Amino acid sequence: MVRFENVGMRYGTGPEVLRDITLRLDAGSFHFLTGPSGAGKTSLLRLIALAERPSRGLASLFGEDLSRVTRADLAPLRRKIGIVFQDFRLIPHLSAFDNVALPLRVAGVAEAKLRDNVREILEWVGLADKLDAKPPTLSGGQQQRVAIARAVVARPKLLVADEPTGNVDDAMALRLMRLFEELNKLGTTLIVATHNAALARQFNRSVLHLEDGELQAAAAAWAAS
Amino acid sequence: MSAPGPAIPFGRDGSSRFLPALTLLMVFLAGLALAAVMDLERALARWDQSLTGTLTVELPAATGATDKSLDAALAVLHDAPGIKSATAIDRDATAKLVEPWLGTALSPADLELPRLIDVRLDVSAHADLAALRAKLAAAAPGATLDDHQLWLDSFARFARSAEITAIAILVLIGGVAVMSVAFATRTGLAVHRDTIELLHLMGARDAYVARQFERQALRLALIGGVAGLVLAAAALLALSQAANAVSLLGDSVTLLPPLHLRGWNWAVLAVLPIVAGLVAMATARITVLATLRRLP
Ligand SMILES: Nc1ncnc2c1ncn2[C@@H]1O[C@H](COP(=O)(O)OP(=O)(O)O)[C@@H](O)[C@H]1O
Ligand SMILES: [Mg+2]
Repeated sequence: MVRFENVGMRYGTGPEVLRDITLRLDAGSFHFLTGPSGAGKTSLLRLIALAERPSRGLASLFGEDLSRVTRADLAPLRRKIGIVFQDFRLIPHLSAFDNVALPLRVAGVAEAKLRDNVREILEWVGLADKLDAKPPTLSGGQQQRVAIARAVVARPKLLVADEPTGNVDDAMALRLMRLFEELNKLGTTLIVATHNAALARQFNRSVLHLEDGELQAAAAAWAAS
Repeated sequence: MSAPGPAIPFGRDGSSRFLPALTLLMVFLAGLALAAVMDLERALARWDQSLTGTLTVELPAATGATDKSLDAALAVLHDAPGIKSATAIDRDATAKLVEPWLGTALSPADLELPRLIDVRLDVSAHADLAALRAKLAAAAPGATLDDHQLWLDSFARFARSAEITAIAILVLIGGVAVMSVAFATRTGLAVHRDTIELLHLMGARDAYVARQFERQALRLALIGGVAGLVLAAAALLALSQAANAVSLLGDSVTLLPPLHLRGWNWAVLAVLPIVAGLVAMATARITVLATLRRLP
């Protein structure tokens, strides 16, 4: 599903913030991405989510060589990817319903068709009674669940979540992780960044550990945490 | 749920105030310029019609314009082809024409006034004016024939250059409007960069983003355009009232061509806000697509 070989990335003309990244995310797998703040977790997720382009190395996504993907090809690939941003990035003037409906509207799904879908997803994250609420009136945990609903409403093959538990209490963090496990059981490939190594350990999943822009071997990652 | 509004929070950027104000001004100015063009066209056609159908023959007083030479001139005119009528203007009427300048203190008899003959041409018959002029000079020495052509020509020249100026103003307004919308759109793209990235990451194509900007530009330009049209219409009505007032003061003769827009003229003006909306929409679309195409 995702294959990187010696991938490097820089912002503009700055230094490489990711170096020699080699990784493989198989279909249906579940990975944690750990590492200290500034290690490059967000950058790696943005690379995987097609928000940035690699500056070197071989990268392929859904079997497509990224060096050959043109700007016009990006849209259909991106529709197979759901993203949960660290800072939610909900649109404040749109209701929870409209925020969640956005990926479907962007893909041209008819209003009549998307309505039940959006309601169902918001119900699944426990926000059936907040359809019309604007994000600023919601708590952090509620906003994060709207963001997760938006990321999965179009049934992405790959879900990328950047510190989804960073802004919520432990109980809510556990609840969100359960949602991710459910999605994974339904076949979604997940990669979840967190600086909370304890949480990652608790779920006994594959852990990718980043230090200063480089991936550490899995064993080293366990030792480091 | 109601129809989805734009995902981009346009309400928070300056263009939602800037664009309507700008379009208001543009449509107002374009409305005045367009009204001027249409009114000049009409005035030109009217002057052309009313003046080419008439001639004035003048027998100068200095040559002792007698009734005899007047009769001779009239005889020539009655015989000439293509002339509908030729009527001598009597002394009293001639005196009345100069009364505004000289007052009533002098009686017509005291004045050495030229005698005038008002000639109506059969417009379809194309009278030979050169031949007529020669015959008149022979029959009544000193008689001159004024076909108003000189006057008409200079009026036409004035009208044409005024028209060209007005059209140039229209083109200029259009150019400024396009540049301003492009500028506002580029500013909007920068202000809403994060939301646009979000839409792209969800799988939105550039056309989807462009559509949001198009709709916003159309909406704002229509608001400003309709307001500008209302102001232009008010200004034009006020101008035509003023012109009417002037022509009432000056009897039936007036130098100001009264502003008389007809039904279809108003219809053309009413199209202006729609044109402004469509221009804004097209400009926004082209600007967004051109700007986004340069992204990696
Ligand atoms: N938009 C950006 N432009 C330039 N440098 C950036 C940008 N985003 C992150 N960086 C830099 O990249 C490095 C990795 O940052 P980031 O990926 O955010 O790490 P993490 O998510 O692990 O905290 C840091 O040195 C950071 O300063
Ligand atoms: Mg980060």
